[in-house]
Amino acid sequence: MTPLCEFRHVGFAYPVGAHGRPPFEIRDLSFSLAPGEVLGLIGPNAAGKTTVIRLLSRVLDPSRGEIFLAGRPASRLGRAAVARQVAVVPQDVPQGFPYTVEQLVLMGRFPHAPGRFFESREDLEIAREVMAITGVETLAAEALDRLSGGERQRVVLARALAQRPRLLVLDEPTAHLDLRYQAECVALLRRLHKDDGLGILLVSHDLNMAAEVSDRLLLMAGGAAVSAGTPEDVMQESVLEAVYSCRVVVDKHPATRRPTVNVVWPDGR
Amino acid sequence: MRAEGSHMTGGARLAWICGGLLVILSVVVLGSLLVGAAPVAPATVFELITGRGPGQGTERTVVLAIRLPRIAAAVLAGAALAVAGAGFQGLTRNPLADPSILGVSGGAAFGVVLGQVSGLGQGIVEALGLTALGFAGALVAGVAVYLIASSAGGLPVHTLLLAGVIVGIFFSAAITVLISIVDTNRLGGVIYWLLGSVAPIPPAALGVFALATAAGLWLVLGQARALNLLALGDEGALELGVDAQRVKRRVFAGAALLTGTVVAFVGPIGFVGLVVPQALRMLLGPDNRVLVPAALLAGGAFLLVADTLARTVVAPAELSVGVLTSFCGAPVFIWLLRSRAGRTSP
Repeated sequence: MTPLCEFRHVGFAYPVGAHGRPPFEIRDLSFSLAPGEVLGLIGPNAAGKTTVIRLLSRVLDPSRGEIFLAGRPASRLGRAAVARQVAVVPQDVPQGFPYTVEQLVLMGRFPHAPGRFFESREDLEIAREVMAITGVETLAAEALDRLSGGERQRVVLARALAQRPRLLVLDEPTAHLDLRYQAECVALLRRLHKDDGLGILLVSHDLNMAAEVSDRLLLMAGGAAVSAGTPEDVMQESVLEAVYSCRVVVDKHPATRRPTVNVVWPDGR
Repeated sequence: MRAEGSHMTGGARLAWICGGLLVILSVVVLGSLLVGAAPVAPATVFELITGRGPGQGTERTVVLAIRLPRIAAAVLAGAALAVAGAGFQGLTRNPLADPSILGVSGGAAFGVVLGQVSGLGQGIVEALGLTALGFAGALVAGVAVYLIASSAGGLPVHTLLLAGVIVGIFFSAAITVLISIVDTNRLGGVIYWLLGSVAPIPPAALGVFALATAAGLWLVLGQARALNLLALGDEGALELGVDAQRVKRRVFAGAALLTGTVVAFVGPIGFVGLVVPQALRMLLGPDNRVLVPAALLAGGAFLLVADTLARTVVAPAELSVGVLTSFCGAPVFIWLLRSRAGRTSP
């Protein structure tokens, strides 16, 4: 089966920053993501997680190697074609102008007909459908700046689903959600990828959530892959301690038997 | 209004809004034809504009050769400024942007004065030359403001406004120097022109004005949907398949062309580009596909009302229309700045 996306020996370096600090680099990164698979991308700050998202959505282009989307080199696809395959769910959305929820969700239809001036009836139907899926249909006429953080998060997810992507990239999806919505969000994602064969790249600081939801994990540090495999393979005490430079205990979740990690705080009893 | 609008398709809603604004504009045009320093009976005005009036005479000259071209110039200038304002606001993601506040008008004015002191007059070739110089000046000022403001990283609101003010002051100083060198006696006239004032424009030059306005409108309106997505930030827009740099270049070129044209024909009239799109955004929402066409019509009506007041309230003398729009626009700007500050502070 052709992977939804594949990084082959991808390298990228930002231009040299101020103060002569060496630029951040992605080095020789290779991984792939199959249809219906959930891949968790984890790693400490400055591991290169955000850069991977930017490379995947063609905000940045790699300087070495090649990224393939459904078997075709991404560098030969137009921006809109990439956006029809890959949808990014950002952590939040700027609120300079008071767009309504429905207007924001409809923006997700742009890559399907960039030349159209107004969205079609079909676009409107798709927008209503994804707003219903994410439970924001009653907010359709609300201005974005009047929503809570959790509501905005679900609106942003609806916008990404309106792109009808084959691969959904989630950037810290539960950052603004309380426990109940975290659980609902996870349930929603499970349902989506089971029903539609949607691939999911889950980028998260939350190792336990990533281990719980993902089929495989990719652990990055300093711009390179450190470990990849099943959650049990990657969530090894020795590996995590080396990457995060702190003491951890890996256990099994009492209900799901998935690995969970806890920090052993310094000065602990 | 907004809830009602969501049940209509975008096109139907736009048609209703533009239809309503067109009616308002027509009423304002008619009203403006009827009033003026020289008294002309309403019946005579109607006869003249429907082509049934006397073939010559003072009344014919007043209505068809003085009032009508001046009305056309005011409507075009207001329309162009409001569209330019909406474009700059979308581009900078900042509802306080406006050609005069961003210093773009100042740059355009410098270009136009440069043309005038080198002897360009009122014919069609001269009109084209002045428009081109205004456009060039607007581009230079716009790029300068952008470079100054973005050197701090991003485009923070206050840095952008400050850069605009600085560039504006620089160009007005440059204009003063230019005039002083060439002909000190003309300084007073130029200062009056710098406040912005509408005068009857010959038909051929009016044609140039209309064409340049249409071209600028086409550049901005053609990117209206993508301009909406730019509100998500450059990265957010790129992720949705928008070529952010191309959109910005086109909208900037269109807004600068509109600004340069208005400055070439009626001078740098302030605040129209701020007040009109801002008021419309409150009434109609931020969607540029509705906002830009609405700004075109409402801007034309707004400046025509202002200009009609300017030539009637102190008749037979005249106020400069730029003075009127500034009196009206400055309080709105201060109010906006305060309400923005109130929202961002905890």
